[in-house]
Amino acid sequence: MSVPSVRLPTLSLAAGLGLAVLAPVSAQADAAADRQAILDALAEEARAADPAFSGFSAAGGETVFRTEWAGGDERTPSCTACHTQDPTAMGRNAKTGRPIEPVAVSVNPDRFTDPDEVAKQFRRDCEAVMGRACTAQEKGDYITFMAEQ
Amino acid sequence: MTRHAVSLALALSALVVAGPALADDDWIPPVTDDLTRAECGDCHMAFQPGFLPARSWDAMMDGLADHFGDDASIAADKTEHIRAYLTANAGDRIRSEMAREYMRWVREGGVPLRITENPEFLDEHDFRQEVWDRPEVVTKSNCLACHEAAERGSYDED
Repeated sequence: MSVPSVRLPTLSLAAGLGLAVLAPVSAQADAAADRQAILDALAEEARAADPAFSGFSAAGGETVFRTEWAGGDERTPSCTACHTQDPTAMGRNAKTGRPIEPVAVSVNPDRFTDPDEVAKQFRRDCEAVMGRACTAQEKGDYITFMAEQ
Repeated sequence: MTRHAVSLALALSALVVAGPALADDDWIPPVTDDLTRAECGDCHMAFQPGFLPARSWDAMMDGLADHFGDDASIAADKTEHIRAYLTANAGDRIRSEMAREYMRWVREGGVPLRITENPEFLDEHDFRQEVWDRPEVVTKSNCLACHEAAERGSYDED
């Protein structure tokens, strides 16, 4: 008789833990879906610009990230000027000194999940680093690279 | 109770009632608006509106497309929300000892844009060049490099 009375709380405890574990997992799933929606929109844009578009690549994104473009502000010749060579590390705004949260999705799961934020940041940063707007291909590659970091 | 004890008690009670706003000229009311904190805080600490007069914040919000050389423009509705907050809490609109100290250097009708050029700022930051050259400082407007609690309006370090 004593067994069920022990099991019941154990089960509900397990159920409670299960919920607690599931919550962040589903939040991450939501984030991944939001990120995918942004990538889908960019893919459509990239296809419209180039019918030969064949998808996004993490390698292309890494090239965007590490290239010394030196086309924009002299203080930000590359993405790494602020984000450092390691996307999982804290960065620092090279103009203002303000700390920047890591860009890597593994460290910062909310990265690239808000379309307005993503559009704003690419608009500002591409201009500052390259001196021009990024193409949809470059943006999609960049996000794809960061999603794997 | 000695006279000293009485005046000490009075002074302490004044501190408790008045808070830092009236008692401390190294404290300025912090930014309490979420959108202002988020959008201005995107690239730099969201500076307290009390450091500039309302007409400066108006000019700032009019000129976001060339914000000290950067395109910091945001959606029109957000711009207007932030403008309303900054101007309502500007240095010439609030009661704050620290804001008053900055405002007294602003010429009538003057529209300063750089807080770091205010003589009050310069007077408080009369450092050797090597201090400015510290890698974590980067620029004079990086309050947080030295003032850990700057976002809470507290500038009492150093």
